[in-house]
Amino acid sequence: MFDLVWLIPVFPLIGFLINGLIGRNFSEKTIGWIGALSVGASFVVALLIFQDLLNLAPQNRSVQKVVYTWMLSGDLNVPIGFLIDPLSMIMILVVSGVGCLIHIYSIGYMHGETGFRRFFCYLNLFVFNMLILVSSNNFLLMFVGWEGVGLCSYLLIGYYYEKKSAADAGKKAFVVNRVGDFGFLLGMFLIFTVFGTFNYGDVMSAASDKLPAGGLMVTMITLLLFVGATGKSAQIPLYTWLPDAMEGPTPVSALIHAATMVTAGVYMVARCSVLFALAPVSMTVVAVIGGATAFFAATIGMTQFDIKRVLAYSTISQLGYMFMACGVGAFASGIFHLMTHAFFKALLFLAAGSVMHAMSGELDMRKMGNLKGKLPYTHMTYLFGTLAIAGIFPFAGFFSKDEILFYSLQRHIGFWLLGAIAAVMTSFYMFRSVFMTFYGKSRVEPEAAHHLHESPPLMTVPLMILAFLSLVGGLVGIPILEGYHKFGDFLNPIFAPAKAIIDHGVHHAEHPSVAAELALMAVSVGIAVFGLLTARYMYVTDVKASDRAVERMPEFHNLVYNKYWIDELYDYLFVDSIVKFSKMLWKEFDELVIDGAVNGVGKVTRGFGSLLSYLETGLVKDYALSILFGATVVVGYLVLR
Amino acid sequence: MENVSYLLSLITFLPLIGIIVLLFINPQSHNTLRWITMLFMLADFVVSLCVYFQFDPTTAAMQFVENKPWIKDWGISYKLGIDGISLFLLLLTTFLGPIVVLACWEDIKVRVKEFMICLLFLQVGMIGVFVSLDLFLFYVFWEIMLIPMYLLIGVWGNPARRLYAAIKFVLYTIVGSLLMLVAILVLYFSAGKATGIYTFDLLKLYEFAIPASYQFWLFLAFFLAFAIKVPMFPFHTWLPDAHTEAPTVGSVVLAAVLLKMGTYGFIRYAIPLFPNAAMDAAWWICLLAVIGIIYGAWVAMVQTDMKRLVAFSSVSHLGFVMLGMFAMTVQGLEGSIIQMINHGLSTGALFLIVGMVYERRHTRLIAEFGGLSRVMPIFAVFFMIFTLSSIGLPGLNGFVGEFLILLGTFKVFPTYTVFAASGVIFAAVYMLWMFQRVMFGEVTNPKNEGLEDMSVREIAVLIPLLVFVVWIGVYPSTFIKPMEPSVKNFIQQVDKKKTIVQDIEKSNGQAWAAVSNIQLVTSVTVQPSDRRY
Repeated sequence: MFDLVWLIPVFPLIGFLINGLIGRNFSEKTIGWIGALSVGASFVVALLIFQDLLNLAPQNRSVQKVVYTWMLSGDLNVPIGFLIDPLSMIMILVVSGVGCLIHIYSIGYMHGETGFRRFFCYLNLFVFNMLILVSSNNFLLMFVGWEGVGLCSYLLIGYYYEKKSAADAGKKAFVVNRVGDFGFLLGMFLIFTVFGTFNYGDVMSAASDKLPAGGLMVTMITLLLFVGATGKSAQIPLYTWLPDAMEGPTPVSALIHAATMVTAGVYMVARCSVLFALAPVSMTVVAVIGGATAFFAATIGMTQFDIKRVLAYSTISQLGYMFMACGVGAFASGIFHLMTHAFFKALLFLAAGSVMHAMSGELDMRKMGNLKGKLPYTHMTYLFGTLAIAGIFPFAGFFSKDEILFYSLQRHIGFWLLGAIAAVMTSFYMFRSVFMTFYGKSRVEPEAAHHLHESPPLMTVPLMILAFLSLVGGLVGIPILEGYHKFGDFLNPIFAPAKAIIDHGVHHAEHPSVAAELALMAVSVGIAVFGLLTARYMYVTDVKASDRAVERMPEFHNLVYNKYWIDELYDYLFVDSIVKFSKMLWKEFDELVIDGAVNGVGKVTRGFGSLLSYLETGLVKDYALSILFGATVVVGYLVLR
Repeated sequence: MENVSYLLSLITFLPLIGIIVLLFINPQSHNTLRWITMLFMLADFVVSLCVYFQFDPTTAAMQFVENKPWIKDWGISYKLGIDGISLFLLLLTTFLGPIVVLACWEDIKVRVKEFMICLLFLQVGMIGVFVSLDLFLFYVFWEIMLIPMYLLIGVWGNPARRLYAAIKFVLYTIVGSLLMLVAILVLYFSAGKATGIYTFDLLKLYEFAIPASYQFWLFLAFFLAFAIKVPMFPFHTWLPDAHTEAPTVGSVVLAAVLLKMGTYGFIRYAIPLFPNAAMDAAWWICLLAVIGIIYGAWVAMVQTDMKRLVAFSSVSHLGFVMLGMFAMTVQGLEGSIIQMINHGLSTGALFLIVGMVYERRHTRLIAEFGGLSRVMPIFAVFFMIFTLSSIGLPGLNGFVGEFLILLGTFKVFPTYTVFAASGVIFAAVYMLWMFQRVMFGEVTNPKNEGLEDMSVREIAVLIPLLVFVVWIGVYPSTFIKPMEPSVKNFIQQVDKKKTIVQDIEKSNGQAWAAVSNIQLVTSVTVQPSDRRY
């Protein structure tokens, strides 16, 4: 089966081409199912390959397949090549599996939209690029997928292109990502300068020899790569595009801006675990940025009223957890959280989409309330997702988040504190959204209340599957009990080299006792429950409580509610000033200085004789003459000299 | 040298025969005129394909060489030949010929005969520049091109400012080419005096070790001529005017091929003839290139006229070409040549696209548009793809060129590369911003409401370009492989000759000596690089 790995990305590409080139007269159903089944086919192939991979001995689970040589120039040799190992396998399964569910959901959700075909073309193209990103065997091909998903994200955010805010958001996403890509590119140049190749295996195996641990070079490489990751995965300082990206249709938010694309940065850092392990400074930077983002985004999440924006900030915050995990050296935990997050966050977005669907597009939670009776499936599944993200035992998020907090504490108590406080806030804002949407008094406007209806099975079945995964997804990684952390064991061959480098020379801290681990878990659950109860008090028991809280510190609330004015600051610092400066360059420098000089020369020349007064006819002649004249003078001089 | 040895002459002068045929056609029968032009352009392209298929991609030597004495007493010969560097530029020129004719099928309605003659005449000049291997011959073709281009802008251009633009274009170019002519003559006479060999034969001149002091001034003259043509910052201000005022196909030819004369001139003439001076100048030329990349992008960003925006984006793109070239690494040079082709395809296509909008609305002001995606969905797809190609999205052509250039330059000038790479961000800004303002949003201007989507003819114009945009992006080996031996040889020769001149000067030896030990490497075998994936 390994020889067929190229089929994984190619199926969605075929779907894209069929719908794009000849799908003009297809019915909605045909288009939708072509899209969904092409991704489903990838998932099936991925499962078969997964089986083959499991049959290999753990140390042999790294298979490369080259399709053809893409770029060959001098000492540069970049193939279209794939790498199947536990890390890419997990990513492929998540992307194609969750992707397929979201495609099916979209058939129901997008029903009746004018751009139905366009939507599915873009979505398939996205899955193609995303699969290239996670399955390539070298940095450059990863970059191809990396830019490709960025493009699809741009196109899908701007799906409702007639809306200015949507078109703006798409462009912002693309440009901010390009800033990150700039760092990624430079990082790649450095990698090529040092290693002479872009192949992961070759780079990682030679890394310890060619790059002294803690050296400037490896620190620079990893920091530049991380700049790329902050762009794609919406971390400080490049996170501002993600909340705006909610302008896209909700399945897009679920697939691209929650489950898959935004995790690409985490995947990239994990893929380069050896390089990062060699650069302790970069590790610290990753952990600090991750922790800070987790905290910072959660504060904003608590104040938003738009249900999708709440989820968007929550995504940024959860991605922060993943980076923090990588930064403290717990790469496997980061990937674990990536997977569980893909389940529950896709679920939350799709459920939110289902709410929107029922509410005729309403997003403001202040105009919802008590929907649980009308939308039973949506309510149940949304609740599952919330329990998972809040980290309530035994939902998926409990296991992965707890693991991250555990390793953070081992690294430094500061990281743990950031993570734990962010966890309180997460639980609070998520349950706040549950209570505001599904419980309490109905604030639905009569017009919308009239149309309230549960979504069709095409949408609710994917919700239930994801809800099930959010419930049991964590069980592959049971801590404490030796041998039951299947997930960690599976990934172990990938991250063992990095772990060896990190542990090297460090006095090995005593492994905390089982009691300590259990205590930490209890704290985690306690935190989650505290958030839950606070939200319940403020939004169900005493609905005025939240207003009082706001009134007590209006300036602070205003600051957070307006996202700390970061967008405005960036606009002022970068956008406006460059535009102003460019205008000056054009009007003052180009047209006045350079052209002034040129025209000045022209005027002086014109003054020489009336011969040139009719320029349009005189010049070509004059031009021929002057050539002749000039040539004669020079030749004459040289010959007679 | 076993190749059929009249093919290059045939390619060069086939359009001339076309002109002669056109002379006998009634100027009123527009369609006959168009069809005949089309026929000759197509025939020319077919012949150039023959050249491509017979081209030996394993050697760096000149192929299809024709060499006949022309003015014997002065050492002027009619010498043609191509290698891996000029092959694709030649093909690009002949490939665009039929496309350009098809593109102006309905656009040009006055003086059709003269227009077609101009197009064919332009073709002769451009092809001639790419195939000549004699300095004198080269100069003749170089100057010939100027006349039809001047007429294209001056006669069929935008009435308001066409004369200003045409004259500016000619004046700028003349200044440069006159200096180059002087340099050519100085080279000819001083070389002749020193060695006794009076020749314009480029391959012979390659063999002279020219004293560094001469090199400096000669290079400077060539530099000016080519830098204006490219155009490099700060010699670029003729370009936006020429582009804006020229008719659509004039802009297409200007951007796609004419600008490449400058960059090609550097590779074929300025650098290998004067390697010491060229390499000494590399740092400031690259600096100008980087400034051009960023400056072009920034100024493009604030343009209000679509065509002018694309014109300034050319300044930025050509900056990449110059940067890669003067890095003098295999990747840099190959990227640079690929980028010349890319720019021809993408920018050519973008000018065509702007032209289509202009034909419908007779304005190119961005503010006049908005929401065209809904009215013209097919057009939107094409516009998007070429925009992305111009931005350098991986999978399309632009990325291959830019990436190779940046990678190749990074080894030599890391700091420049950092700044140049930031151009990648700005490219996304100015192109996507324009795209958004023209295509997205609601239709606010009622005049845009009833616009027709692309016609079959217009689709046919863009499809061939699209094919190559994707081809180069997905499988660039087709294009990189044949140029690899020539590029490697080029770098070796320049390096070798540079050292020889330095050695001679150090030992106070006799300069100007024909350097017999510079042998053109005739067969560089392409080694399959060790395939460790």
